[in-house]
Amino acid sequence: MPFAFPYSISPLGDTALVIMLENRMDIDLNKAIIALYHRLQQTLQDIIEDMVPGYCSLTVYYAPGKARIRKPEGISLFTYISSLVERNMPLVNNADETVTRLVRIPVCYEAEYAPDINTLAEAKSITPAKVTALHSAGTYIVYMIGFLPGFAYMGPVDERIALPRKTVPQPVQSGSVGIAGAQTGIYPFDSPGGWHIIGRTPVKMFDPAANPPVTLRAGDQIQFYPISRYEYQNY
Amino acid sequence: MSIKIIKNGVLDTIQDPGRTGYRHLGINPGGVMDPLSAAIANALVGNSSREAVIEIHFPALSLLLQQDCMLAIAGADFSATLNGQPIPLMQPVIAAAGSKLQFGRLNTGARGYIAFREQLGIPLWLGSCSTHIKAQLGGWQGKALQKGDTIPFRYSFRYNSILPGNQPFTVLPWRTAPPVVDDTIAVLPGPEYDWMEEPAKKAFEQQVFTISTVADRMGFQLTEPIPFSAERQLLSSGTSFGTVQLLPGGKLIILMADHQVSGGYPRVAQVASGAQPALAQKQPGSKIKFRFCTMEYAEDLLLKQEQYVAVLQTACRYKLEPVINRT
Repeated sequence: MPFAFPYSISPLGDTALVIMLENRMDIDLNKAIIALYHRLQQTLQDIIEDMVPGYCSLTVYYAPGKARIRKPEGISLFTYISSLVERNMPLVNNADETVTRLVRIPVCYEAEYAPDINTLAEAKSITPAKVTALHSAGTYIVYMIGFLPGFAYMGPVDERIALPRKTVPQPVQSGSVGIAGAQTGIYPFDSPGGWHIIGRTPVKMFDPAANPPVTLRAGDQIQFYPISRYEYQNY
Repeated sequence: MSIKIIKNGVLDTIQDPGRTGYRHLGINPGGVMDPLSAAIANALVGNSSREAVIEIHFPALSLLLQQDCMLAIAGADFSATLNGQPIPLMQPVIAAAGSKLQFGRLNTGARGYIAFREQLGIPLWLGSCSTHIKAQLGGWQGKALQKGDTIPFRYSFRYNSILPGNQPFTVLPWRTAPPVVDDTIAVLPGPEYDWMEEPAKKAFEQQVFTISTVADRMGFQLTEPIPFSAERQLLSSGTSFGTVQLLPGGKLIILMADHQVSGGYPRVAQVASGAQPALAQKQPGSKIKFRFCTMEYAEDLLLKQEQYVAVLQTACRYKLEPVINRT
């Protein structure tokens, strides 16, 4: 069976390449990327050094030293690695759901931890309580991890709470849960950010003592559940 | 025994070639900005390229060497001295305990690398010694080096035969030629190269760009914009050291060692790996010009640098054998 979606492979310099699907936020495209990521992880682990699964792209970073040893004469490393990727494309198991986990994350949506919940509610003509209810009703997929160590891009959020990001980034506290467009995410560190902050989780998205230090993975399913200020502080 | 930082520099960190295998968790590899100079410094003292080095910026720190040690400095020339006496770059130096390593004037380059035969005792975080400033992990306590920090050495060696009497240091009589620095930066077209219209493509290739003051370990922003109106948006996708991103207003930014793992700006070009060391040695205000190259050229450039380092490593290990004894 051929790979389910049209794709292109382009070099990202002389030690990486990008497999691009259609540039669109779509759960099926993202699932195909994650399935491809797992496939390449299993089959090409000895020459692939790193990968970044994106919304609808997979960036593959290879180790030139290791790949050179196997490469046939007369072709570039890029051509060689591309051909290995191409060979794997039809073998990607798009129906692979075995790696999907459901992770439940507590969020305190009370004003103290939700500096932008009123602005967002006003902009969408609903109450802050409705924002909480809608945000915690959804099941989201982690499209990708990027931006900061452990920052999970999740979505899609209910249209009634979707709001484009702020034009000017503001300081955001670690643990803050935000909305940008149809995406939701959690800041693992204090950082400037443009997302509308509607709550905060006491769960560490980045734990230096853990190995690996990041809990969430691309492809995880996420549910948020509301907790009180008291529960947050005593978590 | 150890080395002690006795004066702060502007940004001096422990680095190695970087932390690979964690980009899917948003953890960028970091690592040395100029991997070739760091590898040369390491090779000169008999180390592998993976060994931790001190990456210095100008003005740089001062070090008190608290035991006899062998060091080599490569990359930027900040007029290194031992107890006030100039010492050469790209040449192994054996220094007596109590010596002070200091830096004076900025002559050339932007980043220097200090490697020690004794090897810095830095704990690994996720397989690497590189300092991750954002996570405050890796390197020396996750931070830039500060006055008072004392970094232990892993080994000690006896240099009695070549450090006689009250001589403060000995420069070993072999050196390597600095690799040729090309003023044009070899690049390959990036995945979104065709998002540029013809005038932008032309400007990219013909314009002389200035590295702006927004130039640090995360990225170099270039001053001169190219014609570009962002009509499309890229959904966040993987980036790399050397990725040239095109910002909505037409400005270009070259991602450097501490770049974020992903980004949503079009990746119009990618600096060839072998051209990154020269780029990393550019100061703000430097002029650069891009030159498109073929994949074969880029791969070969990197291979040649790796071969150069491998030959240097073998030669130095052979020469070091009779000079030193581990205690």
